[in-house]
Amino acid sequence: MEKLIISTSPHLYTNVTTKTVMRDVLIALLPATAASVVFFGLRAALMVLICVASAVIAEALFCIICKRPQTVGDLSAAVTGLLLALNLPAKTALWQCVVGSVFAIIVVKCLFGGIGCNFANPAITGRIFMLISFGAVAGGSDTVFADTVSGATPLAAIKAGETDLPSLTDMLIGNRGGAIGETCAIALILGFVYLVLRKVIHWETPVIFVGTVFVLSLLVKQDLTAALYQVLGGGLLIGAIFMATDYVTTPINRAGKCVFALGCGIITVLIRFWGSYPEGVSFSILIMNILSPYIEKWCAKKPLGGAKNV
Amino acid sequence: MFGFKFLGNTPVPHRKNTAAMPAVRLPVHKEVLLHVAQHIGAPAKVVVKVGDEVKVGTLIAEAGGAVSAPVHSSVSGKVTKIEKLMCYNGQQVDAVRIESDGLMTADESITPPDIHDLDSLIEAVRASGAVGLGGAGFPTAVKLAAAKNGNIKTVVINGAECEPYITSDTRTMLDDTDSVVYGVKLLLDNMPTVEQIIFGIESNKRECINKLSEAFKDNAKVKVKALPALYPQGSEKVIVHNTTGIAVPTGKLPAECGVIVLNVSTLAFIARYAKTGMPLVERTLTVDGSAIAEPKNVTVPVGTPISYVIEAAGGIKDGKSLGKVLYGGPMMGVCVCTVDDPVLKTTNAITALDVKDSNPPAETACIHCGRCVAACPHSLNPTEFARALNVEIKEDRMAKLQATQVLSCMECGCCSFVCPAHRPLIQNNRIAKAELKDYLAHQATLKN
Repeated sequence: MEKLIISTSPHLYTNVTTKTVMRDVLIALLPATAASVVFFGLRAALMVLICVASAVIAEALFCIICKRPQTVGDLSAAVTGLLLALNLPAKTALWQCVVGSVFAIIVVKCLFGGIGCNFANPAITGRIFMLISFGAVAGGSDTVFADTVSGATPLAAIKAGETDLPSLTDMLIGNRGGAIGETCAIALILGFVYLVLRKVIHWETPVIFVGTVFVLSLLVKQDLTAALYQVLGGGLLIGAIFMATDYVTTPINRAGKCVFALGCGIITVLIRFWGSYPEGVSFSILIMNILSPYIEKWCAKKPLGGAKNV
Repeated sequence: MFGFKFLGNTPVPHRKNTAAMPAVRLPVHKEVLLHVAQHIGAPAKVVVKVGDEVKVGTLIAEAGGAVSAPVHSSVSGKVTKIEKLMCYNGQQVDAVRIESDGLMTADESITPPDIHDLDSLIEAVRASGAVGLGGAGFPTAVKLAAAKNGNIKTVVINGAECEPYITSDTRTMLDDTDSVVYGVKLLLDNMPTVEQIIFGIESNKRECINKLSEAFKDNAKVKVKALPALYPQGSEKVIVHNTTGIAVPTGKLPAECGVIVLNVSTLAFIARYAKTGMPLVERTLTVDGSAIAEPKNVTVPVGTPISYVIEAAGGIKDGKSLGKVLYGGPMMGVCVCTVDDPVLKTTNAITALDVKDSNPPAETACIHCGRCVAACPHSLNPTEFARALNVEIKEDRMAKLQATQVLSCMECGCCSFVCPAHRPLIQNNRIAKAELKDYLAHQATLKN
């Protein structure tokens, strides 16, 4: 009779793992990736490929050099690379894509201890690093269907006081200037529905984030169309659905996630209307990332029959 | 519906393969092994010696303290050995080996007890050796004694049976409904302060809910409540909350809030004891798990070797090999070291898992996803315990652990079950609880 295995309970585990979660995020980003290729051509596909490859290779090399367990298998580096690529305009130089991805993975994630230990979202911070370092990352590129070359995103145009904007239908399907993955609202919402159905994210964060921006824009502009442009323009949807729902850098409890989303919405509107940048989604998420531990503490639930957490 | 949110939201698979199988009474094994610690509290004290003739129901160990329970012989035959053995909780205690003569002659002294008021009910339950048959094994008489101060208004009968595989309570409710009904009558007749008796049953046991609702349809004091079929409905504080809306404060017992919780099989046993006077000497249990060839429910004398009940369930499935054998179900079950260990009073199931299902998956880094926080029925944050445990200075560590309220954790295992990184969350909780309890006890002695 062979020896029995002894361990403490439980003896049963869910089959959801970090890898399946990250795989679901990649699947949810497929429609947006496909849309980016449709609207911005093969250049977009090339950028996606380069960003994902450099993110994965950077993490693999980091683990080898630092003699840490190999973690690229959990697919989180691929998610970071893909998200970063989708947040860049098509005119970004390919070497800049490599630098941005490596910065996101090495500086923002690995140096803080790897997956689960970074305090800021790697893709967002990588994008902000590139925005500040390389002029080309600011603004957007025109889609392959554009008849005139403007290079301006709708939000930049609104900020500059221009009135020649793409139609709302074009905004919805993604035929407008911007970062390659942020323009097609329909593709992003498909991803959102998939993630909620797969229980990877809760619906609250994206809905509250986008809702706050919509309501505040409505209050400020007193105009429904203008508010809709604020919702569909810029990186709001991709940010709210894929970046503000990052596990590692947001509060762990559901109430905290709601407060986080509300804060993101308010800061986005402040930057868009009164800041010097036309777009504020990245900055708002980064700022709220920093506040996350405090929000988490304030929003901790009272245990059943216990005292309010001290 | 009840004005509050149901606690418990973890979709643990049910796997109630044996729900439609009434328990089969197995032929008596040639030998039984009776540990004197089959309950929470002080081990019982052996009162027989090697060579003694015993019959079914003969007292072989008397209660070893206020919180304890006597143990009775489960077969007729001869005591062959009394030895120190490790019992399920790691304690070294006496164990009595009895060789069966196969006749199952009942002890002549056995007569139905006289139960006419609360004191006589408690006394009878104490003498019967009854312990919580849901698995925890808290001496039932001690629980009922709480009713003496007159504040017990509600008795919750726990028929949730939320663990995967286990259907022994289901079968008790369906096959021994008369005992359940008589047990309720005993409680209502002898506990005058009790205003209501609430059955809590998971909604996947529709048949049990219907049968009991029908049986109690004329009794306004008895309610049968369907609970969501989500783990851990059967946990004591969860079922109290989900049936009555009362949140039992940390460190207190439900009795201090006017509620007693009894497992439905315990209730049925008390009723059978009241009718026959035969102490707790047999056990109905489910034998299932990925390694079992023919899962079934069986009734055996307490002390029957696990290997014997596994053989009775068709043995090990072809192509599988035994990896883990558990007392209870896979969520809270305790591993046995060998299949020679006996069935205990508290053994509601023997779960035998294939080697493939036995090794815990490799752990990876916490990704802060919050699944454990969302799953915890007590609204704790399991990630905090690990962080608090890592604090270097003992005083700081204890202060941090106290702030996390880790002592509220009842180790249901939801956090570890849902964790996509397979963190040893509940293992951390156990270490944290043990260290904090020790520390608090030490502080208390320093004060005195």
